[in-house]
Amino acid sequence: MAHSARRDCPELPDFSLLKRLARDRLIYLLEQLPGKKDLFIEADLMSSLDRIANVSTLKQHEVDKLYKVEYRPVVSTSDQLCFLIRPRIQTVKWIYVANADKAVGRLRKYHIIFTPQKFFACEAVLEEQGIFGDVTTDEWSFYLLPLDDDVISLELPEFFRDNFLAGDQRWVRTAGSALHLLHTLYGPFSKVYGIGRFSKMAYESWREQVEEGEQRARQAEIGTVFLIDRDVDYVTPLCSQVVYEGLVDDIFRIKCGCVEFGTEVTSDKSLKVMLNSQDKVFNEIRNEHFSNVFGLLSQKARNLQTAYDKRRGMDIKQMKTFVSDELKGLKQEHRLLSLHISASESIMKKKTQQDFQELLKTEHSLLEGFEIRESICFLEEHIIRQVNMMESLRLLCLLSITENGLLPKDYRSLKAHFLQSYGAEHLLTFSNLRQLGLLVEQPAGETLTVMESRVGKLVNDKTAGKLTGAFSSLAKKSNFRALSRKLNLVPKSDEEYDLRVPRDMAYIFSGAYVPLSCKLVEQVLERDGWTGLEEVTKLLNGQEFAVTADSSTKSDAQRIVIVVFLGGCTFSEISALRFLGREKGYKFIVVTTAITNSSRLIESLLGNIKGSD
Amino acid sequence: MMKSKADEEDYWNSSKFKAFTFDDEDDEFSTLKESKRTVNSIRCLVEEDDDKEEVEKVSWNGEPVSSNSWSVSETAASNQRAEREPAFPKINTVTISKSHSGYSLSSLFKGETDGKVSLTGSSVLMMSSCCDQDYVSDWSPEETVHRMQQGKVVSLEKFRSLQDKLLLLDSCVAAHDGNVITAVLIYLKRTLSKEVLFRELEPRQTALSHLIHYLTETRDQRLLLELLRYTCLTCFCFQLLQYKEHLSIADENKRRDFLKSCLSLPFSPEDSSHVQDHYTLMERQVIIETTDRRAERGEKVERALILNMPLITTLSYCCLYHYSESEGTFSSPLNIRQTFKISEKQFFVTALGARAKLKAWSDVDALFTSRNWLGFTRKKSPLGFQRVVDILQKNSAPTQVLQDYVALVDDAELRITLAQKHKCHDIVINTYRDLKDRQQLLGYRGKVERGSGEERKIDELLNNLQIRWKN
Repeated sequence: MAHSARRDCPELPDFSLLKRLARDRLIYLLEQLPGKKDLFIEADLMSSLDRIANVSTLKQHEVDKLYKVEYRPVVSTSDQLCFLIRPRIQTVKWIYVANADKAVGRLRKYHIIFTPQKFFACEAVLEEQGIFGDVTTDEWSFYLLPLDDDVISLELPEFFRDNFLAGDQRWVRTAGSALHLLHTLYGPFSKVYGIGRFSKMAYESWREQVEEGEQRARQAEIGTVFLIDRDVDYVTPLCSQVVYEGLVDDIFRIKCGCVEFGTEVTSDKSLKVMLNSQDKVFNEIRNEHFSNVFGLLSQKARNLQTAYDKRRGMDIKQMKTFVSDELKGLKQEHRLLSLHISASESIMKKKTQQDFQELLKTEHSLLEGFEIRESICFLEEHIIRQVNMMESLRLLCLLSITENGLLPKDYRSLKAHFLQSYGAEHLLTFSNLRQLGLLVEQPAGETLTVMESRVGKLVNDKTAGKLTGAFSSLAKKSNFRALSRKLNLVPKSDEEYDLRVPRDMAYIFSGAYVPLSCKLVEQVLERDGWTGLEEVTKLLNGQEFAVTADSSTKSDAQRIVIVVFLGGCTFSEISALRFLGREKGYKFIVVTTAITNSSRLIESLLGNIKGSD
Repeated sequence: MMKSKADEEDYWNSSKFKAFTFDDEDDEFSTLKESKRTVNSIRCLVEEDDDKEEVEKVSWNGEPVSSNSWSVSETAASNQRAEREPAFPKINTVTISKSHSGYSLSSLFKGETDGKVSLTGSSVLMMSSCCDQDYVSDWSPEETVHRMQQGKVVSLEKFRSLQDKLLLLDSCVAAHDGNVITAVLIYLKRTLSKEVLFRELEPRQTALSHLIHYLTETRDQRLLLELLRYTCLTCFCFQLLQYKEHLSIADENKRRDFLKSCLSLPFSPEDSSHVQDHYTLMERQVIIETTDRRAERGEKVERALILNMPLITTLSYCCLYHYSESEGTFSSPLNIRQTFKISEKQFFVTALGARAKLKAWSDVDALFTSRNWLGFTRKKSPLGFQRVVDILQKNSAPTQVLQDYVALVDDAELRITLAQKHKCHDIVINTYRDLKDRQQLLGYRGKVERGSGEERKIDELLNNLQIRWKN
């Protein structure tokens, strides 16, 4: 989308430094264990580690064999075992179980490297098992993994569940430390805005760390930070993604910036592909609405054809330069182009199979607050036909948030149908969703107001006042509708929306909805704070803040903005921010605890997994 | 432990993992006094906090609320300093005034660069013998928390009185560091009786959540259940956790019996009936499975297992293999429908899918048949015919069957779309005829096979002078 871009967008800082730091630190830690050692790596760290250091780097530092942590007995013959794990009690317990050596009197060195940090609770497990000291520990302070030029991930998907569902704040300081690292390397930041409980806590944690450390005067590369909690906006991640990168994530699941296309795309064997700005073809279509992608791809195909055709009528010398200069690039482009064309075809096929149009229609009705009865009816049929459970849950949550809870009769009936169709144990899922406020029953609001006025007549004024307070806390009108009106999130549906020439961020949802999270970013940057947004923040339960350290510096750095999503962000939101950046002359860097989408969000809340909380 | 990290490259200093640098502050005693004052002033702060929490606790979705209430105003936040370095204001209104602490212990801890915290076992770890105990044990709760956050040496053993323990807990909650909160809770769990611990945690939601999460992760089911029983009286956590246990029971009979034992738990009335249904279903599944396994031995095709499957899957199974059984048997679809109060629509959809899968078209047909009082039969469906077609088509119904149902779709446009999709030419042609749409009919002629009956039919219609075409 090159059109209408402002020319004065500042340059992005170089984040490869983060990788280098992480690698150096890892090497340092490995060097602390001289001699050959076997390295056990936690499964979900594998991909991140891949981006930092390859096998040969590890081998160079005397790592003999590599294993994946699989909760099975250790079969290594090495005298030194090193474990690279997340600070999870379950994994530490496994290491203890694996540590049967002590019983047979075998002496080996056990070393655990926790990343990004250790937790006291993990060390307590070692202490309780009487192997504290026998097993040594260390920390690999690997907080931030750059997934792309403008996307950095903490790769901590559990942040969402731990914080928002379990209420465990163990990762708050981690987020603060990550921010501190960015501040030290690319700051000093001069403006910090935020909204949400954990954003505030992470800010505090970061600020304390700044006070503890010494300041070095340097030229700021990044000036502005915006922190946002995922629970400020659940609607956006629950919507179906329709920009290319988001669709690829929804359907094929992008893991750590890498996607595995199965045989339905590649036709022979499955293929792992890195998806980032290095891929020229992908870079041009990643932020595009899907309806636009085919056109762009065929345009590219034509251009490619023309480039190939150039060689006709060339003499030997020209041909030689063509082969040495251009051919390789063209071939590469050719390969990528055919890959993305197949991927698009596969997406089309999948989406037409599962009544995607109908789902989208329902989704848009919910966002607009239009034909709600029909949507509930559609949802009910969706459930009783036992089609895709995740879609059912997604729509249920979307319905609940946009309507500020379901009517008791609908809630009960849909829940009963759901349990019948997908299994009674989802009682636990419903309990989780209720706890998070994602799927709730309305406390019979309308009837209350009637009752309230009746009761008010019977009792004296003072009591009536108290009652009104109690009632109004119960009978909240849909916050989403009010927000949507205040911030103009749902454009009028009678206007034509040209997805080829997007006029606002709503294009990422086919023109049906401007993502709330990104709208807040836009508004706060525009207003240089929350002034004038009081009603909005009230609807979002407050918790907003804006702090300025030094407002006199007006540099390019001010227009380089880090947006920190605590609890995950979607590719659609990243696309929206990229669009906003081009429109307004900002450069956004998205820092997220993990990339999320509706499936990941809901999966993390399923209650039918044994042993989880 | 590891060798000193102090001599590492520069950048580690800038990150969290800086080596030890104790502040060289001289007037330790004044700091000490100050911290004491702070400690003494915490009580009221904490209590204030609790008050607020109680107000917040009535929040409509029952979400645990933080013990901290924030109030940041633009003005408070924007008091800027003029220096070059950005100095950010605090937005935390609760955190106790921070003393830039640090006894200069560097002399005592020379060479020690990695701190440890004793949580469960030996009392004071890594304290040099020359260390003056009084100094160490006089760290205020905030300083202790602060040091723990930095991974430095602390001893929790000196927090012996309940008041001290709670001050410590409250100050780590105020620091929002879950890691430290859990560490302190592990210590409290060890040094306080359950009754006291539970009682004190009840008004401290944040700390309570941390303990619940910790016990969940360490799989300390017994204590967790006790804790929930004590603290969560209204949210049914206890009941749900107990119920959840069934997921880890593999043996079907034991699982069923366990579910039975859950029936006596005081669930919400709504969930209570769901759990009852779950048990009844499991009981039913065990019976059906046992009977069918016995009967199945002669069969070639193996049936799918239904144990632990959802109710509707079970119903579908019964519609496949026990369709015509009388209502008296456990496996009869009608009996299941009755027992679990399955809605008409739900039953219809499931039976339709199952019978279509078996290509039992007469059964399918019978599902729609209803007689009116004159004895005429007509097709009725609790589900839109468009969906019916969808279900039939997914079970690969042939065109002859499909067209009967496509024809019943009310909306003409939808009917044409469906008919075209499923190649029910007659319906398309008839609909265009009824709509008197000559142009469309002409267009459709190109889509049917040359020389086929459909083409002839179109030609006949087009040549029929009696029809008044609208175009």
